[in-house]
This record gives sequence, C-alpha cells and structure tokens, in this order.
Amino acid sequence: MLHFILKRLGLAVLVAFTVSFISFSLLFLSGDPAAALAGETASGEDIEALRRLYGFDRPMLVQYGEWLWSALRGDFGESYYFKLPVASLIADRLGVTMLLGVCGISFALLTAVPLGVVAAIRPNSLIDRAALFISVAGQAMPSFWFGLILIVVFAIQLGWLPPSGTGTWRHFVMPTIVLGYYAMPAIMRLTRAGMLDVLSSDYIRTARAKGANETRVLFRHALRNAIIPVVSLAAVQMGFMLGGSIVVESIFALHGAGYLAWESIARNDLPTVQALILIFSMFYIVFTFLADVLNAWLDPRMRSS
Amino acid sequence: MADVTSHDRLLDEITGPTPGQMLRKRVFGHQGLLIGLVVLLLLTLVAIFAPWLAPHDPYAQSLMTRMEPPVFMGGSWDHPLGTDHLGRDYLSRLIYGARVSLLIGAVAALISGVIGTAMGVAAGYFGGKVDTVVTFLINVRLAMPVVLVALAVVAILGGSLEVVIVVLGLLLWDRFAVVMRASTMQVRRREYVAAAQVIGASTPRILLSEIMPNIANNLIVVVTLEMAHAILLEAALSFLGLGVQPPTPSWGLMVSEGKNMMLFEPWLVLIPGAVLFVLVLAINLMGDGLRDVTAPENRS
Repeated sequence: MLHFILKRLGLAVLVAFTVSFISFSLLFLSGDPAAALAGETASGEDIEALRRLYGFDRPMLVQYGEWLWSALRGDFGESYYFKLPVASLIADRLGVTMLLGVCGISFALLTAVPLGVVAAIRPNSLIDRAALFISVAGQAMPSFWFGLILIVVFAIQLGWLPPSGTGTWRHFVMPTIVLGYYAMPAIMRLTRAGMLDVLSSDYIRTARAKGANETRVLFRHALRNAIIPVVSLAAVQMGFMLGGSIVVESIFALHGAGYLAWESIARNDLPTVQALILIFSMFYIVFTFLADVLNAWLDPRMRSS
Repeated sequence: MADVTSHDRLLDEITGPTPGQMLRKRVFGHQGLLIGLVVLLLLTLVAIFAPWLAPHDPYAQSLMTRMEPPVFMGGSWDHPLGTDHLGRDYLSRLIYGARVSLLIGAVAALISGVIGTAMGVAAGYFGGKVDTVVTFLINVRLAMPVVLVALAVVAILGGSLEVVIVVLGLLLWDRFAVVMRASTMQVRRREYVAAAQVIGASTPRILLSEIMPNIANNLIVVVTLEMAHAILLEAALSFLGLGVQPPTPSWGLMVSEGKNMMLFEPWLVLIPGAVLFVLVLAINLMGDGLRDVTAPENRS
C-alpha cells in the first residue's frame, strides 16, 4: 500500500510540474507579452520599458524557473489589473468556488445515488426510464442556458431566489443545481450499472438465501460494494467541476475564482490567469490522487495496477 | 422480383440472417439511435442548404424592425421567429448557426480524433515506454481545466471560428486516447494479429488492416460524444464572449446577446438554447445507440 501511494504521489508531482510549465508557456503564445500588456496605442519605448520591468527580455526557461520558485513559496506575482498580489486575490475568491463545488457535488450525489439505486432495483420501470431521461438530458443541457432558464423562472417569474450575487445561502441554490446537474448523469449511470452488477452476484444470492431482509441486503451488502467506483468518480468530478464553475459563476455573478478567471482573461491579466490555471489543475491532481488512494484502500485489487 | 425475395427467404431459413441483416435489425429496433440519426440528418441538411432555407440575410440589420416577437407570440410571418436587438431575422440566424455548430463539432472531433487515436493505438499496441509516455500525457491533459485553458488561449490568439476549432481540437483528444488505448490492448492479443505478425506483415499494415477495423466501432462512439462536447464548449465560450465573435451567428453567442433582454423577450434566449440542446441530445442519443448496437454482447 505504501509503495502504491508513493508511486502515485510521484506521478502526481510529475504531472503537476508539467502542467505548471504548460500554463506558464501560455503567456508566450501571444508572441510578445509586453506588447499585449501595453495595448495597441503604446509606443515602442513603452513596450521596451514594460519588457524590462517584467523581465520578459530574459530567456523563457529562466523566467519559468523564477516563476515556479516563487509559486512554490505561494507568490504568484502581481496582477496587472488590480496591482495586488495574485495570491491574495485568489485566496479571497477561492472560498466561494470551493463552497459552490462542495454544494454541487453534494447535490449531485444526493440525487444521483438514490435515483441510480432505485433504477437498478427496478430496471425498465417508470423510475428507471425517468432516471435515464434525466441523465441523457443532463448531458445535452448547455449549463449557461439551464442557468438562465432557472433565473427566469425562479428569480424573475416566481421571485423565490435572488438572480445573482453572493450574500446568503439563497444565492447558492441555483448555482448549486446547475453545477450539480452537470456532474449528475455520470454518477447516476455508474451507480445504476454498479448496483445491477452487484445485485446479480453470488454473495447477494447468499445473503438473500440466508434470510437477510431486503433493506439489509440492498444497503449493507449491495450498495457498499457498488458505491466504491462512485466515490472515486465523485472525486474526479469535483476536480472537473471547480474548473467548470467558471461558466456558472459568470451567469450568477458569483464572485469566486471562476469569475476572477473570466474577468482576468478578458482583461489580459496573465499572471492571474496563469496562477488560476495552475491552482485549478492542482485541485484536480489532488482529488484524483485521493481518489486513487481511497480506491486502493477500499479495494486491494486496485493496488497492483 | 418475387422470385428473388422468395429465394432470399429460403436462404435465410437455411443459413440464418447475415451479419448485415442482424445489424440492420438492431439499428431499426433502437428508438434512441433512430431519433438521433434523423434529427442529426435534418440539422445537417439545414446547415448545408442554409442559403436556400433562410428567409433573410442573417447579417442584414434593420433598425425599423427590432425585437419583433415570433409568430406564435403575435408576430408576423415575415419573421417567423422574430428579430433580434439589431433587427436581424432570428430564424435565418438560427439556420446559419447550425453551420457554425456542426462545422466546429465535426472538425474539432476530427482533429482530436486523429491525435487521440494515434496516441491511444500506439500506446495500446507497443506498450512499454510508449504506453508510459502516452498515459502520462493523458494525465497531464486531464489535469488542465478545459474551459479555462480554451478561454485563455482563444483570448490570446483572438477569437475566430478557425482558432476555436483548432483550440478545441487540440484539447479534446483525451477520451479518444483512453478508449483507443484500451480497445487496442484487447485486440492486440487476438490470434489474427499474431497470425499477421507471423506471416511478416509490416507494423503499419497490421495497425491499419488488423487493429483499426476491429476498434472502429468504439472510435465512432467516441467521435459522436466528442462532437457533442465540442459543440457545447464552443457555445459556452461564445456565450462568455471569448469564442466566435459577432456578428457570426453562433447559437451560444445568440443566447449571450439575448441575455440582456431576457426579462421582456425570453424567447431570444429560449430558442437558440433549445436548438442547441436538441442537436447535442440527438448526437448523444446516436452515440449511445451506436454503442448499444455495436456492443458484442448485444449481437445475439
């Protein structure tokens, strides 16, 4: 087990470094970051001054080394737009995004797992078909459109919920539903498939044969085994969702890290964008690492691969 | 003709249905697949024949006829789906928007399909170091937040149809690589591959004529899923203002432009979003259907 964890940890660190290099190189896609920063009206001298100020005149690898060394110590440079340290800007906004992510994945799990279980117990029933419909529709639903429909219905027509902002828990209801619905279909399908698989296994037949009541069979024996892959999928989805929250945050004007990313991209604020790409990637890497470890702990067969 | 059919029937009784007949039966017996195919075909025809189908020029502005309601909300038949905030005919923009979505979906899926399939097949067939490198690259790619990276790169390079297509194509190869790698690993151990190796067939020949035909069914399923994915992502990027730029008639952009008038004219948002939903739903239904139909366990 320790060997497995160390191996996965090494891989995660290697992936993290590669991602950091790519997210840094994005700055150089534009050709000349100083010219991009100075804007179209700047003179050649202004651009040259900016180039010196930010050190763009040095070799790219040197710049990357310096950026990485600072980033490892929690210093992501200064935002071009806010003139504030990027690290503190992101720290201020990350709470909202993480809260939204936790709410979203909880919503997805709380709706998808029961639906998947019921669908598996009664295959081809009305509930099974409804669950299938919900998941197929969820995969095709553009999240920005779904969000706008919710705003029209629940904020404007019915007036139950505020259309945008961050103030109270009521501001998080619609964003949670939109973000959660994005993760739901995959979790539901996996729960259903896992339950169907487990329910036809020998040990379930044994449990029933020895006279255990059906609730006990379903929850103690079946769900406990069927849920293992769902746990790791949920961790991976959580990583995806933090990255995907950029759309949801922009619809509902939730001022989290995703909203900051959107603003910063539109403003050409490259240090902030680089740092955000790196941080969102780190979340994904950490979550998948935890999922792998959790999986190996729950299911020893996974440790060998 | 009667002779031919009776002859066919006789042949069926002796030999049973041919694989092609069984496939046709499965295809026509699968509702989701049929619905998906028909809708996708219709929308493709709409995209191809857009200049003949659209009642007006999708770019023509008219300040006299701004924000006219659709015909089912009291508008006139001159603009069946009304007009937008610049007086452009909404139906025409919607029809031309099908071109943008389908073009982006098809070309992005093609680019990512070529990259991902090459990586996945190489990893699955050669194994060892090649597999280690490809698996690592897949891990790196999965760790990058797609929406964020796509937005940033499109913003740096400037939003245009070509840039969006290439960026999405270069980002969405991960599922191709994962699925093709796993499928190739399964097929590689089959006897006919060993036989081809023994008779001295070259590696490219084995890959093209032994491996590829036997993983093609999985490839087609991933193509549909990634097409849908690319279409949704383009719409999201354009909605956020950092994808295809105005005045291009992109459905995501139309939702974004209608957003400000959503309070009074909700159809400006509802119509393009609904069409987008239907297109993606059709592609997904087709993909799921193809998976069911081509899966070996359903072939009996």
